Amino acid sequence: MTQAAHTSAPALKLAPTPGQTIGPFYGYALPYEKDNELVNQARPGSVRLHGNVTDGAGALIPDALLEIWQPDEEGNVVSKDGSLVRDGYTFTGWGRTAVDNAGHYTFTTLNPGATEAGKAPFIMLTVFARGLLNRLFTRIYLPEDTAALANDPLLSSLDAKSRASMIATREADGSLRFDVSLQGEDETVFLAYPRED
Amino acid sequence: MSTETASSKTSNQSPSLDPAATAVSQESMSAEISDIQVGYQKSLAAGVKAETQPRLDFAPYRSSLLRHPTKNLHHVDPETIELYSPAFGERDVHTLESDLTIQHNGEPIGERIVVAGRVLDGDGRPVAGQLIEVWQANAAGRYIHKRDQHPAPIDPNFTGVGRAITGKNGEYSFTTIKPAPYPWKNHHNAWRPAHIHFSLFGTDFTQRMITQMYFPGDPLFSLDPIYQSITDAEARNRLVATYDHSITSHEWATGYNWDIVLTGSNRTWMEDEEGDH
Repeated sequence: MTQAAHTSAPALKLAPTPGQTIGPFYGYALPYEKDNELVNQARPGSVRLHGNVTDGAGALIPDALLEIWQPDEEGNVVSKDGSLVRDGYTFTGWGRTAVDNAGHYTFTTLNPGATEAGKAPFIMLTVFARGLLNRLFTRIYLPEDTAALANDPLLSSLDAKSRASMIATREADGSLRFDVSLQGEDETVFLAYPRED
Repeated sequence: MSTETASSKTSNQSPSLDPAATAVSQESMSAEISDIQVGYQKSLAAGVKAETQPRLDFAPYRSSLLRHPTKNLHHVDPETIELYSPAFGERDVHTLESDLTIQHNGEPIGERIVVAGRVLDGDGRPVAGQLIEVWQANAAGRYIHKRDQHPAPIDPNFTGVGRAITGKNGEYSFTTIKPAPYPWKNHHNAWRPAHIHFSLFGTDFTQRMITQMYFPGDPLFSLDPIYQSITDAEARNRLVATYDHSITSHEWATGYNWDIVLTGSNRTWMEDEEGDH
């Protein structure tokens, strides 16, 4: 299924500009006030999405930057500006956070809804880090809709361990836990999309 | 292969803070890079498709040793949310944020430059109304960052951070100071070529990219493992701006042109395909 669609993707007309590492010094440039607060913590339905970012030795990475992009609770793709000047009321669907000194990240957001009936809801995650030469993409699936997860074409194509690496854990207080492992035993599944070159 | 030798040598040590890493000479670093380039040339000659992106697994950049995925990226067709991008607008970015020379009370020291160009997608379509963020070292090669402690002066009139929203033809323009090369600890006597970091969004979030723009003719290109992690010479060259006298302005600033091409949008062709059924 995946492969068939890929072969029909039209070729690029222009060669893409290569990416490069974010480097160590983004800290005074990219983070901004309330960057990780897609909604206010006080808003009903707000959830904490959090986890660790680790390297191939299992060490926590203190210099990674993460971004999420997701639909709202009803599964609508939001197209509203204001992500960089959070007013506390507008949900824009996009957020950014630098991990803390202990390699931990936190977003305050909403549970994404299914964009179509029967689809498994997920949050898109992009990872940047010093030492990572280009960005990585993955999906953070919500754990609840097991029927939708079972029907998901991407998850169905993975072995059990890789599949588990893309599904968040719901904690007792309602938080979503999603750890990112750049390398090794528990390596997160990272994605390539059509038309990257 | 040399790549594997280098990995096994240092994989049990911290690649970022390892004092032994700084003992590696530029000569042996350049030899490691050269071995990988030779291997790439051979694969090209054997008909393998030219690479367009940096390698994630590139041992000469020591910090990448434990931070690159070892499994292949998993190919997937984008779903709804992945076919769209966050929206940014005038509310988010003030037009003056594209001038990095007016953020303080005085004029920053250094060579004033204008970097201008367009953001296009892989089909050549302009990416309009999207966010561009830039950050860079000052004219002495120093970043305003607590981790940059090398002995070069901070300029109290230069922070080195800018933002802009692209125009309707994908155009952008930043006024800034030409950054200098700076030393780092990857190996002994390691210096990064002068560069400006660029952060870019497309029409699909799958086009999200962070990269670095370089200046033409930098003598450090061949020595730098981050630049050389793009094994293809033509691809590397796409990160180098062009001196453009039409952007240069009389008695004010020299000008550089740099056009950025994002990967291809998937929204249009996937919608067309759905329509076919």
